[in-house]
Amino acid sequence: MADKPDAAELKEYTEAADAWFKENTVRDPGFMLPLTFMEVSTDQQFDFLRDWQRKVYEAGYLGAAWPKEYGGGGLHTDFQRAATRAMKKYDAPIMLNAIGNGWAGPLILDLGSEEQKQKYIKGMLNAEDIWCQGFSEPEHGSDLGNAQLKAVKDGDEYVLNGSKIWTSLGDRAKYMILLARTDFEAENKYKGLSFFLNPMKIDGISTSRIKKLTGEYGFVQTFFTDARISADCLFGGEGNGWSMAMKTLEYERGAKVKPVGGYFVKELDVMQIVELAKNSMRNGKPLLDDPVMRDKMTQYMIDIQALNLNNTRRRMPQLMQDKPMGLPLMNKLARTELIRELTEFSLGFQGTKAGYYVGDENAVDDGYWHRSYLNSFSATIGGGTSEIQRNIVAEHALGLPKTR
Amino acid sequence: MNNLGDIGTTEEQIELMDVATNFCRDKSPIEKVRALMEDDLGYDPDVWREIGELGWLAIAIPEAHDGVGLSMAEVVPIAEQMGRNLLSTPFGSTTIAAQALLAGGSEAQQAAWLPKIAAGTAATLALREDHGDWNLGNVASIGKETADGIALSGKKQLVRWADSAELIITSVEVDGNVRFAMIERSALPDGALRREAIIDETARSFELTLDGITISADALFDGNRTRETIEKIELAAGLIHAAEMTGGSQAVIDYTLEYLKTRKQFDKIIGSYQALKHPTVDNYVEYEKARTHLYSAAHSWGEQGRGEVAVRMAAAQAHSSYSRAADRSIQFHGGFGFTHDCDAQLHRRKAIFDGALIGDAAYQRSKLAGLLFD
Repeated sequence: MADKPDAAELKEYTEAADAWFKENTVRDPGFMLPLTFMEVSTDQQFDFLRDWQRKVYEAGYLGAAWPKEYGGGGLHTDFQRAATRAMKKYDAPIMLNAIGNGWAGPLILDLGSEEQKQKYIKGMLNAEDIWCQGFSEPEHGSDLGNAQLKAVKDGDEYVLNGSKIWTSLGDRAKYMILLARTDFEAENKYKGLSFFLNPMKIDGISTSRIKKLTGEYGFVQTFFTDARISADCLFGGEGNGWSMAMKTLEYERGAKVKPVGGYFVKELDVMQIVELAKNSMRNGKPLLDDPVMRDKMTQYMIDIQALNLNNTRRRMPQLMQDKPMGLPLMNKLARTELIRELTEFSLGFQGTKAGYYVGDENAVDDGYWHRSYLNSFSATIGGGTSEIQRNIVAEHALGLPKTR
Repeated sequence: MNNLGDIGTTEEQIELMDVATNFCRDKSPIEKVRALMEDDLGYDPDVWREIGELGWLAIAIPEAHDGVGLSMAEVVPIAEQMGRNLLSTPFGSTTIAAQALLAGGSEAQQAAWLPKIAAGTAATLALREDHGDWNLGNVASIGKETADGIALSGKKQLVRWADSAELIITSVEVDGNVRFAMIERSALPDGALRREAIIDETARSFELTLDGITISADALFDGNRTRETIEKIELAAGLIHAAEMTGGSQAVIDYTLEYLKTRKQFDKIIGSYQALKHPTVDNYVEYEKARTHLYSAAHSWGEQGRGEVAVRMAAAQAHSSYSRAADRSIQFHGGFGFTHDCDAQLHRRKAIFDGALIGDAAYQRSKLAGLLFD
């Protein structure tokens, strides 16, 4: 793997990526494309995104910086960055296999055996093997460390009993990264947990779809009833489940394993909201002539610009000396809450039209804003609620004591 | 939107940040801040002299006028650390006055004053009037041409550190046009300055009576550059005060955190209660956004269009985050927060004063809206 990218090669690759995404990006396939991997609802959406990811991978624009021997491109990170920039530029659809490429993949590349790398990495890159995440349980959402799904060792197998919930793509996945309890006597709740690379298509595992507040489907509850998996599925050793689960969260920052590239969640295009505001009326005048709406929209512009620039500032150590964990840890909280507020705000632009929803011809932008607002809660709740995020920032960036 | 700027730093900026961090912390412990609040002058003349010797007043002055030839971007980390440590001196008002001279002063006026300022002479601005309008173009004071020169009349308010400033830049209407004019302090009649009671006890401010002051015609700035001068003053003041308020936000959050980590109630450290913890995180997030905007504004200084958007965003965010963090600091300190001994009030008062000087967050947003949407 090269330490420094060859400038000429990088330039050539960048131009090729730009041309490829310009040529191949489909933005309107004739049905609504999911904005995040958590929103994949219909077979049509799933098949389209799976094909798209395979196509991007095969063209060399996903996993370009992952090791060649396992299916990656073996290139310097700058190459993948260039490819991701091209994706963004042409507003390309999301990468589907978020849990595989963003969570399981980096963990396996970092700590997995040679055999595991050979077995799992390529299939997640080409989207042949879809991955899902089994952390939350019906009774244990924010209190993840208290997960109760049982994994009992029986010879060279583990027997699983219990249930996981909010599993995005759970009914379509081949594998699940699973947090299960192997020791009910452990000195604390965390030490009783183990981490598994769990096959989904086996006897004893069933899923039931959950209808979301938007009216769409996108995730499932997974039931484990005497499901038997090979002991080889254990990852990181018994009792290390919590630290494995926490590690999957670290890779997002790209410090240890080179990022796979692409994106699993589409950023909201703020200019679309400004456009919507400009095209809306209030009391017979343009909406942005209304002083209250004008002031609010300006405040949101300030917020958006700050969060966008924060992404650059995060990579500038000279501006990160005081409380260096602050900016990285607050990002999820600040961004997801802002998107929720903004999409809610956009409903107010629509006047009477705010009453319509997806599917009605009178709906503004076919209900895109309503759907975006309702879906925004997936990000303020999923992956650790905003309330949990505030605890994390308070405890790990500001040094406040734990809440007990 | 193409008038949204980027963020970046210069080497000089970072070097100055390091030096200023240590200097301001060492020179301005809180006991000293409180002692100076009781002092007539309001600052330590030795520290002021050292600031001059360090060349900090020369940073954004061109080399042709004995300055360092950098820009306001490099002044930002210094003002930020001054605000963080409540180190009050005529630094801000002098720096803004120099920018006004650069924007509207003639070559001769610049040559007469910029080298002095670069070497440590204090200057200030006398622009605010009784109408209370933040619009610098709204001027009621008059300059009347007479045989002896321009006779001034009217009153100017919130003239910071006027008793220390050798040069006062003011605005008057001459023949129906707003003009900037220079007054040397030596020309002030007795009683022209009245010390004002202001909400920020760490600063000093005066009302200036212009009646009875006559200046020569060559003390007027270029009449064709009044608009540019107003813009430059607004941006320089916006940037300096955004920096001070951002530093202040950091300080008041740290001060609050210290209390939340040590104070116990109901047998628990109060910082473990989410009712205190979560709003503190929200305030911290707002502070980090302010700091990001600050260094974006510094980076965008001098860029047409982008510069003004970035500075006003920085000023709006700094004022709202400083106000909110200090307000919550008072509340979270409980009974102690209601006392003069608690430092939270120093910050709360400074946030109000700085907002009054440059225009508060809502005013900055109203200016921004025009730049962004119209």
